[in-house]
Amino acid sequence: MPVLSLKGITKTFGAIQALSDVDLTLERGEALGLMGDNGAGKSTLMRIVAGNFPPTAGRIFLEDQAVHFSQPADARRHGIEIVYQDLALCDNLSAAANVFLGRELKRRFGPIRYLDHQAMFDRAAELFAELKSETRPRDLVRQMSGGQRQAVAIARTRLSDPKIVLMDEPTAAISVRQVAEVLDLIRRLKETNHAVILVSHRMPDVFSVCDRVAVLRRGRKVADKPVDKTSPEEVTGLITGAIEAA
Amino acid sequence: MTEVNHAKIDSEIAGKRELTGLQSIVQTQPFWVFVAIMVLGIVMTMVSDVFLTERNMFNVTRNFAFFGIMALGMTAVICTAGIDLSVGSLMGLTGIVTGLVMQAGYGIGLGFLACMGTAALVGLVNGVLIAYLRMAPFVVTLGMLAMARSIAMVLSNNKMIYAFGPDQDLFEWIGGESMMGIPNPVWVLAVLTAVFWWVYRYSTWGRWVFAIGGNKQAAKLAGIPVERVIVSVYVVCSLCAGLAAFLMVGWFGSVTNALGLTYELNVIAATVIGGANLMGGVAYALGAPIGAALMELIRNSLLLAGIDALWQQFFVGLFLILAVLLEQIRNRGRT
Ligand SMILES: Nc1ncnc2c1ncn2[C@@H]1O[C@H](COP(=O)(O)OP(=O)(O)OP(=O)(O)O)[C@@H](O)[C@H]1O
Ligand SMILES: [Mg+2]
Repeated sequence: MPVLSLKGITKTFGAIQALSDVDLTLERGEALGLMGDNGAGKSTLMRIVAGNFPPTAGRIFLEDQAVHFSQPADARRHGIEIVYQDLALCDNLSAAANVFLGRELKRRFGPIRYLDHQAMFDRAAELFAELKSETRPRDLVRQMSGGQRQAVAIARTRLSDPKIVLMDEPTAAISVRQVAEVLDLIRRLKETNHAVILVSHRMPDVFSVCDRVAVLRRGRKVADKPVDKTSPEEVTGLITGAIEAA
Repeated sequence: MTEVNHAKIDSEIAGKRELTGLQSIVQTQPFWVFVAIMVLGIVMTMVSDVFLTERNMFNVTRNFAFFGIMALGMTAVICTAGIDLSVGSLMGLTGIVTGLVMQAGYGIGLGFLACMGTAALVGLVNGVLIAYLRMAPFVVTLGMLAMARSIAMVLSNNKMIYAFGPDQDLFEWIGGESMMGIPNPVWVLAVLTAVFWWVYRYSTWGRWVFAIGGNKQAAKLAGIPVERVIVSVYVVCSLCAGLAAFLMVGWFGSVTNALGLTYELNVIAATVIGGANLMGGVAYALGAPIGAALMELIRNSLLLAGIDALWQQFFVGLFLILAVLLEQIRNRGRT
């Protein structure tokens, strides 16, 4: 039973048809690479699964249960975590504050509940260490490098034990060493039976960690096959349209 | 291997950004405004023998307390990248409402409730229009500036109220007298500043207000109830204006519908001078009383220096512009 299945997902923004009739399934312990040209609809599909906005048509099933998300918190409650392409961070807050944004750790003193800064700093430091990132929990995101920001966004997904992790270009703008860490993280997620969708333009990343690759072109899914049944050349052809479908 | 170098470079970059507690205080605007207050105070003490007298200090602190209380509420609004132009008019409206209720013979408890209830209602209207109908804060509160003043005029029938029923003495004591040599409004300001400081630092609401100012979209995606928080900041700001009006009417012992006229300028100026960034995401609870104190000090200094009172607003405006300029220069240095 797939942990996630999408049936006939269609999304229009006014006159723009961002997605047309996309079917997709995802199994436990599987990493799916989602590829496509700029504007192909990858982020839109991720945002629908993450509950940012509902699809114009189509249905979402989690373990064969139909679900409707009216806000991101709904998807999170169902065990879906996402790293947004634009990272969605607050520049004026510390790294730890961003990691815990919307699910702050609190302590209780009598009837008063207050933010437990120390616990959040400590936990964030652990998560950054796990990601092998030199991000300091107390630093403001404003002052951070692209890679450190990415680490903050990825650390957010590690707070809970999600069933599905969506990563929208998590390796854009980071160093070679950190790319390796993110790919390792994806492998660890797979080993622990999590399901991952990796949106990426980087062919080597997809081919090294993903089990399957799906290609979107102008809002349509034109291919969906195991990585060992395809090649970077074929996928490139599918993305550009040199190969119609596979 | 390059791996070692990466780690080293990363930690070196990060190391430069580590700030000690003192350094991070020195970097804030309220600190520098506080220094300016001290310098101005020392200069005034040297050139004027009236300045440091108990009488003058008493007046200065009481006068700035009202602006400080309103500026505290304004920090929350400005932190979400909003603005509330209606606070001055709201003072007029809530002052008149308080006066009418107490004049009619109801006690101070009901007078206070009517005052704060009116304030909350106005804040709610501002907040709902801004958060849910996504109207520009500037436009909504400018409209409210006109409407609230107008309602105050209608309700008061353009007459002054100076009889406050059975609790008149208590009412005038709260706003006009002092405890331990410190004017009561200053006590209120001190307590409220401590509350705001705590809330900004230790409550989720405070954290969310800053998050919304930093990146509203990200706050929304993180599951923060952005609309409700925005409504709440306008309600809080209005409640502060209502409280200031309640204290001020008690101090004056009378109220007209002109109460608080043009105060929005001073309140916003105090908040911005206290380090709040009009683009959102930056505000200091301590900045509100400090900003208000600097403005009152300037006013008092001009007075003592024998400069025409007509120059007052000129200097308020000048300092507002200087504060924003300073902020921009510091930002440029940072990035
Ligand atoms: N909120 C929106 N309002 C209007 N149009 C949108 C919106 N979001 C996406 N689109 C449009 O939908 C189409 C798909 O965009 P999407 O961001 O999903 O592409 P993508 O595959 O993620 O591209 P990239 O590789 O550049 O990130 C584009 O034409 C885009 O302009
Ligand atoms: Mg995208």
